[in-house]
Amino acid sequence: MIEIKGVNKSFGTQHVLNDINVVFETGKVNFIIGRSGSGKSVMTKCVVGLLEVDTGEVLFNDRNFTKMNTRERKSIRQEIGMLFQGSALFDSLTVEENVKFPLTMFSNMTAKEMTARVNFCLERVELTGSNSKFPSEISGGMQKRVGIARAIAMNPKYLFCDEPNSGLDPQTSIVIDKLIKEITYEYNMTTVVVSHDMNSVIEAGDRINFVNEGHIWWKGDKAEILRSSNNELNEFVYASEFMRVVKENIR
Amino acid sequence: MLMSSVFRKPEKWKLFFRATIQEIDKIGVQSLGIVALLSLFMGAVICIQTAANIDSGWIPLYTIGFTVRQTMILEFAPTIIPVIMAGKVGSNISSEIGTMRISEQIDALDIMGVNSANFLILPKIVAALFIFPFLIICAMFLGVTAGGIIGVAADLLAIEDFEVGIQYDFKPYQVIYSLFKTVVFAFIIVSVSAYHGYFTKGGALEVGKSSTQAVVYSIVLIMVANLLITQLILT
Repeated sequence: MIEIKGVNKSFGTQHVLNDINVVFETGKVNFIIGRSGSGKSVMTKCVVGLLEVDTGEVLFNDRNFTKMNTRERKSIRQEIGMLFQGSALFDSLTVEENVKFPLTMFSNMTAKEMTARVNFCLERVELTGSNSKFPSEISGGMQKRVGIARAIAMNPKYLFCDEPNSGLDPQTSIVIDKLIKEITYEYNMTTVVVSHDMNSVIEAGDRINFVNEGHIWWKGDKAEILRSSNNELNEFVYASEFMRVVKENIR
Repeated sequence: MLMSSVFRKPEKWKLFFRATIQEIDKIGVQSLGIVALLSLFMGAVICIQTAANIDSGWIPLYTIGFTVRQTMILEFAPTIIPVIMAGKVGSNISSEIGTMRISEQIDALDIMGVNSANFLILPKIVAALFIFPFLIICAMFLGVTAGGIIGVAADLLAIEDFEVGIQYDFKPYQVIYSLFKTVVFAFIIVSVSAYHGYFTKGGALEVGKSSTQAVVYSIVLIMVANLLITQLILT
């Protein structure tokens, strides 16, 4: 479980996060949704420590991440897997080397054990046989799957996904959503997904947090989101014609 | 701040040594061609220019060999070659790290718990400090050799005169001074370029800007350091 308590973050005079209080539950896919510029990416960066919070606390299973020094944070970071918007695979390394990278850095596995773990992870994301390819030689969807394989290589307790479907076609997006959901349940991880894709929210979301103007504006599950009377949330959720049709059908 | 993160104990020594060997190849071995080419031509040109400017019978011909040696050892090899390397290696380092920054690869390293500055920059610094002196010694040797060959081939002086010239009033500490300069310049090139790459924000345009800034600042700092070191050591 990850708890965010009273987090504030500003850049100069611009307040990006205002008194954020939220809990990301273990074994569930927790979504952070909101418009571009609403503060959801900053919130995720604060949680994983890429940005320092101004005030407030971030707790990973009751361990206060914000008060830890670099060395203490390192032990938590090794429990975190992250899938980036642009996959963030290392260009100079092959698919196998990318997935193996965290194992090489932090595990005491033998070369044979590492290769077995890499093959297991690649098999899990249905990328068997792509070991020797470079990131530039595979599609965007495959890069995302390699990113997931790398993120789960160390058996993380926490998985963060920053807009995992950006730049992907609808079918590939569904594959990625399902994969994130399956992995979360399979390994009982605390998964946090930052997205503004409502299809993903409906496909994979267990708990949903709507961020607006730097505040947590609404919290609930996917059944509740479709029936909410919150105006700002409805403007966001039903922005597309497709979702408006869904709304009519619900009624 | 960045350098305090860079100069830390590497996470895995094996990976650090492997990365350093790769950087020695990228920074040093792959620059050998351009260094050799420039040194050969510069040595030859210095020889011809010096010969062309000696029109008095009172000036001995071995002065040509002496001038070629002094120019190559004191200035061309240890200063001009690093300036060229700032363009070749510095822009490469800056754009490589800058691209890693904007494509979130550095964030990925940080989130894994890897000290990204140490992991990416330290092998480059160690490799440059190690390989630059070898490149500069090659440049000195090739420049002087080319001067001798062109001098004899163009009938500017006899080989014996050239030999006398390159041995005349030779002070070994000048080579030490040159190699010391080289090591300082190597550090400037890598650290300045890595800094500009590491703190790149934005997209492809900013990577280009960082790369340009890295080269410009490196060259300016090399010139300032050159003046300071020369003033401190040679006077």
